Amino acid sequence: MKKIQGIFLILVCVIVMTSIMSDVFWGSYNLENVLRRTALFGIISIGVAFVIITGGIDLSIGSVICLVGCGLPWLLVEQEVSVPVALLAVFGFSLAVGLIHGILVAKVKLQPFVVTLCGLLLYRGITRGFTGDQSQGFGTDFKGIRELATGEIPLFGFNFPMPCVFLVVVAVLAGVFLNKTIYGRYLLALGNNEEAAKFSGIDVDKMVILAYVICALCSGLGGLLFVLDVNSAQPVDFGNFYELYAIAAAVLGGCSLRGGSGTILGVVIGAALMQVLRNMIVLVDWIPTHIEYAIIGAVILAGVVADEMIKRAVAKKRASQG
Amino acid sequence: MSEASPVSPLLKVRGIGKSFPGVRALNGVDLALGQSQVLGLIGENGAGKSTLMKILAGVQPPDEGEILMEGEIVSINTTREALDHGIALIHQELNLATNLSVGANVFLGRELLKGGLIDDARINEESYKYLQMVGLDLDPTTLVEDLTIGRQQMVEIAKALSINARILIMDEPTSSLSQAETEYLFKVIKDLRSRGVSIIYISHRLGEVTELADHVTVLRDGENAGELSREEISHDSMVRLMIGREISQYYDHKQREPGEVVLEVKGLRTPEHTDHAIDFTLRAGEIVGVAGLVGAGRTEMLATLFGVTPALGGSIAIKGQPSEINSPLDAIRAGLALAPEDRKQQGLVIDMSVRENMSLAALWRDQKKWGFLDFAKELEITREMVKSMRVKTPGDDQIVRYLSGGNQQKVVLGKWLTMKPAVLLLDEPTRGIDVGAKREIYALMEELADAGVAILFVSSELEEVLGMSDRTLVMHEGRMTGELSREELSEEAVMQLATGNSESLGKAA
Ligand SMILES: Nc1ncnc2c1ncn2[C@@H]1O[C@H](COP(=O)(O)OP(=O)(O)OP(=O)(O)O)[C@@H](O)[C@H]1O
Ligand SMILES: [Mg+2]
Repeated sequence: MKKIQGIFLILVCVIVMTSIMSDVFWGSYNLENVLRRTALFGIISIGVAFVIITGGIDLSIGSVICLVGCGLPWLLVEQEVSVPVALLAVFGFSLAVGLIHGILVAKVKLQPFVVTLCGLLLYRGITRGFTGDQSQGFGTDFKGIRELATGEIPLFGFNFPMPCVFLVVVAVLAGVFLNKTIYGRYLLALGNNEEAAKFSGIDVDKMVILAYVICALCSGLGGLLFVLDVNSAQPVDFGNFYELYAIAAAVLGGCSLRGGSGTILGVVIGAALMQVLRNMIVLVDWIPTHIEYAIIGAVILAGVVADEMIKRAVAKKRASQG
Repeated sequence: MSEASPVSPLLKVRGIGKSFPGVRALNGVDLALGQSQVLGLIGENGAGKSTLMKILAGVQPPDEGEILMEGEIVSINTTREALDHGIALIHQELNLATNLSVGANVFLGRELLKGGLIDDARINEESYKYLQMVGLDLDPTTLVEDLTIGRQQMVEIAKALSINARILIMDEPTSSLSQAETEYLFKVIKDLRSRGVSIIYISHRLGEVTELADHVTVLRDGENAGELSREEISHDSMVRLMIGREISQYYDHKQREPGEVVLEVKGLRTPEHTDHAIDFTLRAGEIVGVAGLVGAGRTEMLATLFGVTPALGGSIAIKGQPSEINSPLDAIRAGLALAPEDRKQQGLVIDMSVRENMSLAALWRDQKKWGFLDFAKELEITREMVKSMRVKTPGDDQIVRYLSGGNQQKVVLGKWLTMKPAVLLLDEPTRGIDVGAKREIYALMEELADAGVAILFVSSELEEVLGMSDRTLVMHEGRMTGELSREELSEEAVMQLATGNSESLGKAA
């Protein structure tokens, strides 16, 4: 809990600031929108959190989203594949990507940065290849499956976007897995000290592979929902930079890039913070939209600095109380 | 006990107090150190020795109390300030940049420059001077990673001398040194003393303290427990002050009737010493020591047995069953347990809690359906082990990093005892452990042997091997050079075999 106090506070501040500066923030249309984006980014952030906990990194998330996002409409519309087969293909691909990354990192002992950087280039290139660099979309069809992302669930007099359901399910599963099962404990332990984990009889390689698989599956699910949400995808830029948003959310949420620590709730709050920020930039007139990256960068930096300061102050206070 | 503080001490420490969350590590501690003096600082695990030294070296500030250098109060809040006053801490985990040369390390942070660029020639020339002071005739361009641990330590000392350190603090400096390296270190310490350097020497090996110290200060539970002047220093007097009572018998070893063979190793070849095969057997209820010089391949052998490094050949049978051991998990399932030599790297996940460390090896066994953690069970085994091993910790959730060295070792042992192994492999089980706790560990080994556990322990402390083993295996350069029964066992016999003289003594393996 202590770990997420800081980031939660920042989120509240940004929300308060945005509500003061813009009167449409709390409007149901805008709120639904922010929630939907938070859910979508939350899912991929949770995925990358697992990899970060092992001390690794995944830079290929955006490209996996691109491949899935373009591949799904391509399969359904251009190849006229049935919906279940297309979904199977999407998750089969994600699973394969995760396994390959994991095996290259754990067994072949390549550096995660290098492996997934190549993935980043590879999957986007492949997508641009098989689509002929043409935009892929559902047109006006496939309303049923698109409901997965565009649908709404009325609850407490508010229409929650469908992706929120996915986020809640993924987050609860991830939280339980990380904190309540031996595998989560293994991940945290090996992220802290791989050698000691090995000496304790933990199959370190298998756990690392598992982390990359979880990450790739979350990316796949994310890619699916993203494209169902927006209806069409451009191979050249769909999902561009999303891995950085995901990594930033995970770091803001308390994952150390050194590995061994992180909370799922923190990651979700981190993802929410990023989306509220982007929303603020769009809503508030006097903030020029094109400086978005600068603002997000500054806030992330401020966030991690504040977090470090709070940690030190707490440690000092604890020490002096004795 | 005399309050024999020197007339005008070089360093005087008054009323130092330091608290950590839940722990009062130091409480009104005094200490005095004279010019050209070796002060032995001893005490049980968690007594506060390392904490006091970290305060002197500016690693941690004290909560209260004052430090006087030559009668003047000084403030030491950073390592920089400590160095300015001539106080240098020789870290146990050596603090060298191993990828750089010896010379570069000696002058790290104070590089000699010429025209704004590093003047390597002068650095090498100057550092050679300091290397000579510690008797190292070494080319300063050698990379630190190519040196043995003992020599690396000498480089650390040379580095301290190069900044004109007047006080050297050594916290358990010999714990990973070989016999020869230890003797060499002693020579250097005595030589430095005669040059006017003062040394604070912390060790659990009381023999070393007896040999070196001019004066001994004893801490117990964060407070001064007494002082011993040169004439008063003896093993017994130190033990009495440390634990507040006598320890009559140190080793309480009794010969048992060994049971059936539980471990049979045939032709085991390790990746490090590929051309030597190792054979031996271990019976239930037996305590077998493995002696040898540092680098004899003992740790390597244990790591291979335990599946950490792959065996290149040979067979292992446990309780008569041929066992295929390819990973530590295979070894654990077959009934082996290994408490490794390097506690912080291999034994513990240092930033996790006592509870999480204690249960780490047992999680797969104690899991509930679908891999869910059994928190109640986890807490239960932790409490049980903390109690039976007498681990000094403020709670089950204390991060292991903040335990003292000896208590960390107890956590490692506790972790393996929860597995109730048939064969317990111990690599330097009492390194860095105080006399009281050592005796507890010996008693524990006896107890386990009574219960039928076969114990194989590697130790560089000959005394321990002599005192504890039913049988002793001796290794030299990756080979078993001999096996000594309790009757054949003597210091000379072990040393003969350990240096590779297998013909003269014992039955060659
Ligand atoms: N950073 C820290 N945070 C919390 N507790 C600490 C910290 N450092 C030391 N302690 C506690 O302070 C006490 C004294 O520890 P210290 O390391 O000084 O003991 P020691 O005498 O050096 O023991 P050993 O012989 O085992 O090395 C111990 O109870 C230890 O757990
Ligand atoms: Mg210590």
